[in-house]
Parts: sequence; structure tokens; C-alpha cells
Amino acid sequence: MLELFVISTLNGILFGMLLFLMASGLTVIFSMLGVLNFAHASFYMLGAFFGFQISKWFGFWPALVIAPLLAGALGAMVERYGLRQVHKYGHVPELLFTFGLAFAIEEIVSIVWGKSPVDFRVPALLDFPAFTLFSTNYPAFKIFMLVISIIIFVGLLIALKKTRVGLIVQAALTHPHMVGHLGHNVGRIFMLVFGVGTALAAVAGVIAGPALVTQSNMAGLLGPILFVVVVVGGLGSLPGAFLASLLIGLVQTFAVSMNGSLAGAFGPLSPDLATTWLSDIWNVTIAQIAPIMPYVLLVLILIFRPMGLLGTRET
Amino acid sequence: MLSFGHAVYYGLGGFLAIHAINIIARNKFAIPLPLVPLIGGMAGLIFAMLLGWVSTKRSGTAFAMISLGLAELVASSALILRTFFGGEAGVSANRTKVLRLFDWSFGPQIQIYYLVAAWTLIAVIAMYALTRTPLGRMCNAVRDNPERVQFVGYDPHVIRYFAFCFAGFFAGIAGALAAINFEIANSAYLGAVQSGTVLFATYIGGVGFFIGPIVGAIFVTLLSLGLSDLTQVWQLYFGLIFIAVVLFAPGGLTGLLMMHWPLIKAGTLGRMIPAYLIAFVPTLAMLVGFILCVEVIVFHMVHAGGDSHIKAFGIPFDAENRGVWGIATVLLIGGFFIARMTWKMIAARWDDALNEARAKGVAA
Repeated sequence: MLELFVISTLNGILFGMLLFLMASGLTVIFSMLGVLNFAHASFYMLGAFFGFQISKWFGFWPALVIAPLLAGALGAMVERYGLRQVHKYGHVPELLFTFGLAFAIEEIVSIVWGKSPVDFRVPALLDFPAFTLFSTNYPAFKIFMLVISIIIFVGLLIALKKTRVGLIVQAALTHPHMVGHLGHNVGRIFMLVFGVGTALAAVAGVIAGPALVTQSNMAGLLGPILFVVVVVGGLGSLPGAFLASLLIGLVQTFAVSMNGSLAGAFGPLSPDLATTWLSDIWNVTIAQIAPIMPYVLLVLILIFRPMGLLGTRET
Repeated sequence: MLSFGHAVYYGLGGFLAIHAINIIARNKFAIPLPLVPLIGGMAGLIFAMLLGWVSTKRSGTAFAMISLGLAELVASSALILRTFFGGEAGVSANRTKVLRLFDWSFGPQIQIYYLVAAWTLIAVIAMYALTRTPLGRMCNAVRDNPERVQFVGYDPHVIRYFAFCFAGFFAGIAGALAAINFEIANSAYLGAVQSGTVLFATYIGGVGFFIGPIVGAIFVTLLSLGLSDLTQVWQLYFGLIFIAVVLFAPGGLTGLLMMHWPLIKAGTLGRMIPAYLIAFVPTLAMLVGFILCVEVIVFHMVHAGGDSHIKAFGIPFDAENRGVWGIATVLLIGGFFIARMTWKMIAARWDDALNEARAKGVAA
């Protein structure tokens, strides 16, 4: 039981940190541009596939640097030549634009790399068990993922709190018009933020690619969960996104590893209902409902605290 | 309001209709098949009433996200509750087993065709009637300016909720019709793909006009049927068309056509036609170049090393031929630069024509 608990906590924090790498970019983009970037998870996928391709040509370590840069440049171009054109029509067309983009990126990826998973391996340097805990080998690559996410998290925190650029970004989060009036090139800041946000998602893609499955539907699987993180944390709140990422990471990991069901807990009662079509609810295990946990959380948050955990704004 | 989860009501309507057919057939209730879509509609309405109150609290981006979350919730639950939703295989029914009316068995496809057409016509008339009621008017008002609606004394949330419920009702009817047509309902009905297609159709057709979504649905269906015959990567073109519509024609196809209405009334449309014709040639060249490039790239990615004589849009060509590559590049880049000049000309002509229309007092 203790073993399960420790391993699940580690995995949960890891998954949470990965979610945060993406959610942080999404949140900052949302607060600054007012655009919910539907294609954010697509950049995560692009990161994974670029990482795969570059690591095939040059090795994993160059890929870790080049793939996010490529994806970030692509993201900046999308902002400059796509989103900025749509901006004048309002927020909903912007959302639709990113939706169409996500669709197109998925198609392009499945054309270029095929629909089946690619063979993205853990680099040989990190392919060993880091430590053995209660007879379970914990892979070094997962520790590496954790370290990278924490480094980026700390770096982001310092960049936002201590540097001049961070100051402007923070100001633009709450008072975008005022920042513009003060003479900053808001358009360029937007492009930069979009680029950095998508690059962060791509970093998550490169380091998650070898550990999870690199496949053309990975964006579609992760995208909705990302939105749940952003809504649960509170729209436009970075600390909220951090909290929600960890929460959802832990909830999902623990749910998968648990095997209880209503039938297991109240088995001896066995009401007559359990034999009708309600038997599904009666017999389903917690592990089986793990995929819907984030959405249940979303609905609960929306009912009881519509602005999210740490959010302050209603919209 | 932008919903990413409309397929939920469509799918639930479908499932309820299938179960209804099964129950009617088993118990020999005196309910003829043409009334079954109403059951689907009621199912859509009830679920929209349940889920709508939470999700319509806010509009715009927040609503879009919530609808997406709810859609995922229902779609993933469908795979868990296997008895009701039938798991991956879905639930099937036999539509000929229910009570017959006027000796119509609804076995042959042509009878189903008339059934669907009749219901669609009824639904369209009902929807049009709805937009003429005070509620329909208030819906438009909430869309345009929710704050002012509040000042007038209405609650935008309640109006959004009503609109949402009606949308759920019509989606449920559509789902039931689809279920009757295919005699099966499975979890793909509820999925994000279904919602996405509906969204594409609506926005390509044009929101803000009553006939917009109708035009969009017809266009998208024709496109997906036509393109899938012509090229393998039709979904890519589909996505790109959608992006192009969002980028360049925010009102959709209908919006594009309706823009010309003031010009027709002022009689200045004739001046636009030469500009369109001139712009048409380089734009077409650019598109042809683009399609050639895409097809050549797709060939090299997907069938590398295969027979290089491929056929796209009914035109055979050699994907290995360097000449084809050259033509494609020249058409794409050259076409783009010339087309851009002609687009500017169109814009200038457009302004002229519109100004004259304004001078005559027919355009706002």
C-alpha cells in the first residue's frame, strides 16, 4: 500500500508538472491575448514529433533544444500571420481559427509521420533505473523529466517576477491597454508570449514523447484535459494553473491505480437495482472512471466556484 | 455562443430513439415510426435542460470550454456505461418492427428519405418561426449586446438557457433521424469529431444568417463526398478551407454573398465583375500550384518509392517529374504575388462601388 502510494505520488507529480508546462503557456496566452489557444496541445504534439525526427538525425540532446525552438518559431508565425488577422473579428473567430489549425496540424502530422505510433526511444544515457523502491524500478528518464519541468518552472517564475520582460508581461496580464498606452509594442510582446508559450508546450512534448506514446492523436487526447486545468485553476491565473495541474495529475494517477468499486465497497448489500442497467455504475471500478475524473472535477468547480480555484475574474 | 459539444445532444437523441424503437417493438406500443424523432428531440431537450444551466452562465470563450468539457465527460461515460450505450459496438434496432401506419414499412431507403426530409422541413419551419418570436428577437439581442439586454430588464443567462434548450431539442431530432436511418447508435455519435463537423459546417456557411448553417451543411456534405473521391488528403483541404473562411470571410459563405446585396440594390455590382474576373485567374493559378505542391509532398511522404504516376482531382501527373515540381512552385509563388495585386484592385473597386451605393442611400 505504501509502495503504491509513493510511486503514484511520484507519477502524479510528474504528470502534473508536464501538464503545467503546457497549461502555463496556455494561461499566459489566454490572459494576454484573450485567446484560448485550441491548438496548444497540437504544438505539444509537434514538439514530440520534431523531437523524434531530430533525435533520429542528431541525437536526443540537440532535439531537446532545437525542437522547442522550431515549434516556438512556428507558434510566433501563427500569431503574426494568422491570429493577428482574425483579431479584428473578435475572440470567438480567434478560437475557431485555432480550432481549425489544430485540425490541420493533426492532419499534416498524420500525413508526414503516419497514424501509428513512432518509435521514440529514451536516450541510452538515461535508460537505467534511477533507484529501486519497494522492489519497483523507477526509470531515470522520469526523474530527468521531473528535473527539467522543475527547472523550467523555476526559470519561468524568475523570468516573470525578476526581469523587465516579466514585469511587462505581468502588467499586460491585468492591464493590457495601459501597457500599450505606456508605449510598449504590445503586438511584439504578444508574438513573443505566443512563441514562448508554444515552445514550452513543445518542451513538454519532447520530454514526454519517449515516456508516453508519440502518435498523431496525442493532441486530441491531451487537449481537453489542458482546458480543464486552465478552467479549474482559474482563467488567467498562473498559480491556479500550477495547483490545478498537480491536482489533476495526482487525481488521475491515483484513480488509475485504485481498484475499488461500489460493488466492492457495499457488496453484501447487493440491492436489486444492481442487476438492471444500473449494474454498470454498481460494478465500475475507480480505475475505469479515471479518464472522466478531470471532467467531473470541471463540472463540480463550475457549479461551486465558477471563477476557478485561484481565479479572480468572472470571464 | 460557440459550442464544442453539440454532438452530445445529437448522440443522446440517437441513443434514446434506438432504445425507444426497441421498447416499442418489444411491447407493441401503438407509436408509429414517424413520431420517434420526437422522442429523440425530447431526450436532447431534457439533457440540454440538465447541462445547460451550468454551461450557459457565461458566453464566449468560457462557454466554449465548458461545452467541450461536458462533451468529453458524456463521450467518455458512454464507453463506461456499457449496458445503455453498448460500448464500442453501439446499440442497433430494427425500424420495420414498429407499428405500421398507412402500410408504410419504412424498410426501403426511399421512405426513410421522405421521413428525414419531412422532419427536416418541419424543424426548419419551426426554427424560422422561433426566430420571429419575441424570444428569438431577444436571442439576437443577447448575441449582439448582452449588457444592454440586462439594462432592458432581461436576464441574458435565462435567454441563453432557453436558446440552448431549443438547440438541444433540434439536435436530438437530428440524432434520432440519423439513428433511424442507420438503425444503429454508437459512441462515435457523441464524440468530438461529430461536434467538429457541425461546427465546421455552421461557420463555413455563416453564422448570423438563418440560411447560413443550411448552406454550410449542404456545402460541407458535398465537399466531403466530392473531395474524398478526388484526393486522399481531403481532410487537410477541409481544415484549410475552414481556416481560410475564418481568416478572410468571417461571415461565412452566406456573409460573403450578403455583402453584395447593397451593391445589387444600387446597381453598381456590374463594376465589380471585371475585377473579379481578373483576380480569378492568378488566384486559381495559386490554388492549383498549392494543390500540386501538397499532392507531391503527400506522395513522397505516404507512398515513397511507389508508382509515381498519381492522379489528383482527376488529373494524372508524374510526382517524380522535376518539371511538375517547377510548375507547382512557379504557379504557387507567382500566382500569390500577382493575385495579391488583384486583391488590392478588388478592394479599391469594392470601396468605390460601396461608396456610390451609400451615396444613393441604399447601404448603411
